[in-house]
Amino acid sequence: MIELRTSPHMKASLSLPQIMRHVVYAIIPICLFAVYQFGISALALIIVVTLSCLLTELLFNNLSNKSTSKKNSLSDYTALITGLLLALTLPPGFPLWMGAIAGFIAIAMGKTLFGGLGFNLFNPALLGRAFVQAAFPVAITSWTPAGLTERFTQFIPSSLTLPFTIPVSMDGFSGATPLALQKFEATNTPVSNLFMGFTSGSIGETSTLLILLCGAYLIVRGIMGWRIPLAIIIAVILTSGIFFIFDKSYPSPFFMLTSGGLMLGALFMATDPVSAPVTPAGMWIFGLLIGVMTIIIRLFGGLPEGIMYAILFANASVPLIEAVSQPRKFGFVKEKVKKKEAQ
Amino acid sequence: MPLKDDHTITADTFLAGIWKENPVFVMLLGMCPVLAVTNSVINALAMGIATTFVLLCSSSLISLLRNLIPKEVRIATYIVIIATFVTITDYVIQAISLELYNALGAFIQLIVVNCMILGRAEAYASKNRLLKTITNSLGMGIGFSIALLCLGSVRELLGNGSLLGYSIFGDAFQPWVVMVLPPGGFIVLGAWLLLFNWIKERSAKTTSEALVTQKEFSNAR
Repeated sequence: MIELRTSPHMKASLSLPQIMRHVVYAIIPICLFAVYQFGISALALIIVVTLSCLLTELLFNNLSNKSTSKKNSLSDYTALITGLLLALTLPPGFPLWMGAIAGFIAIAMGKTLFGGLGFNLFNPALLGRAFVQAAFPVAITSWTPAGLTERFTQFIPSSLTLPFTIPVSMDGFSGATPLALQKFEATNTPVSNLFMGFTSGSIGETSTLLILLCGAYLIVRGIMGWRIPLAIIIAVILTSGIFFIFDKSYPSPFFMLTSGGLMLGALFMATDPVSAPVTPAGMWIFGLLIGVMTIIIRLFGGLPEGIMYAILFANASVPLIEAVSQPRKFGFVKEKVKKKEAQ
Repeated sequence: MPLKDDHTITADTFLAGIWKENPVFVMLLGMCPVLAVTNSVINALAMGIATTFVLLCSSSLISLLRNLIPKEVRIATYIVIIATFVTITDYVIQAISLELYNALGAFIQLIVVNCMILGRAEAYASKNRLLKTITNSLGMGIGFSIALLCLGSVRELLGNGSLLGYSIFGDAFQPWVVMVLPPGGFIVLGAWLLLFNWIKERSAKTTSEALVTQKEFSNAR
């Protein structure tokens, strides 16, 4: 047999588990900050949701007899990432049993039923969140203020609700998110607080600065594309800027950028390589669509936050986006151009 | 007629609609009421009975008239016959319970375009004798009702914590609001289809394995 050798300057591309391990590294600081802000309730929520995702993946692996072969999909870290990201989008006092259901739905309905990794139409984490948002609308909009003094010694009462029972009332623990305050009570939160993250909200979405740093790490390592986040940010600034210029009662673009789950969604959800388009032009269209939809839902929708539905909506339109954004093949000349040259 | 009719009624004539050719779980017919009115057991039950009644009456009449209906206008004739019985059902439900009538809404009138009923008329009633048609339609109607009840009970149990309006899990139960909303219909239907196909695939596998072992056995002999 002829032995083929590669040139020494060839670089091996990263394998899937390697890429995903870097994504986990980038998510861990956000998780730590979430635990610092919301205490042991956030820690328990992260652990329960992630475990639920991993166990569901294991269950479906066993059902499809993949566990014995090399195709065991637990080892590629993607279920772990789905679990961590899903936990980061939930409110701190979210009952743990609901978190477990969200994790199950995310992996079962969002991923394995489509055929496993690489076949899902929607971002699994957001699909899980959308399910619990529709199933338990009260629990998922019960917010707790950040940085309570007793957060490391006692759980938020609603966290430890018995499975399948109604969580206890959140009176005395509630603290509306900056977006809800803005929408329903016309109170603006200082942007510096929003940027640093000392506000209430879903456990992982509060600190814009930290999310930007973690996202920048992935972009610098070449693991994450920069086009989608940039397109989302541009679209958000432009859309909310137009409203802000004509009517100052609308929130400013900077408020829109730093509040809610926009940064977490733009950097970690929308960039999911499976459910985002693969063509460069498609990525721009995809990002712009998410940004515009988010602002429209935030300003004119019933809910204060719109990034989740905007991303799911854009996920659904990915096949159309890819159809219109096919790049030109190398050396390929369009029929019209050919005709012109012939003349 | 090119084919000679087979007039014998077997158990399969009746059971086909319940299991092997279940209109919802196998043929996926009449999805509109299946998804829309199964948010509670009582709605599902009422819809099942109404549809079974219309199916039974219309296919019997069509079976009786099958040699009189001109082929060119058969669909129109079927629709007129079905619409007659739907109108009767519509008024009867209004008379019995206005509350139920309002809960079912336009879906009672929409029975007229239920493709399961038209499908039975076209594929079965127009080719078979009265008694056989009645047997088959009854099976189909019961199969349809069972499917509606399957969806309705899961959706009411999870979405409201009750069955037929009676609380099952007590006051502390957290209802899953999504289950009584339209997405819940799709999710529960999908889950039932998954279960049915899984059972079918398993039974098909065991029968084929049994056949193989039988063959090996006879070969060895």
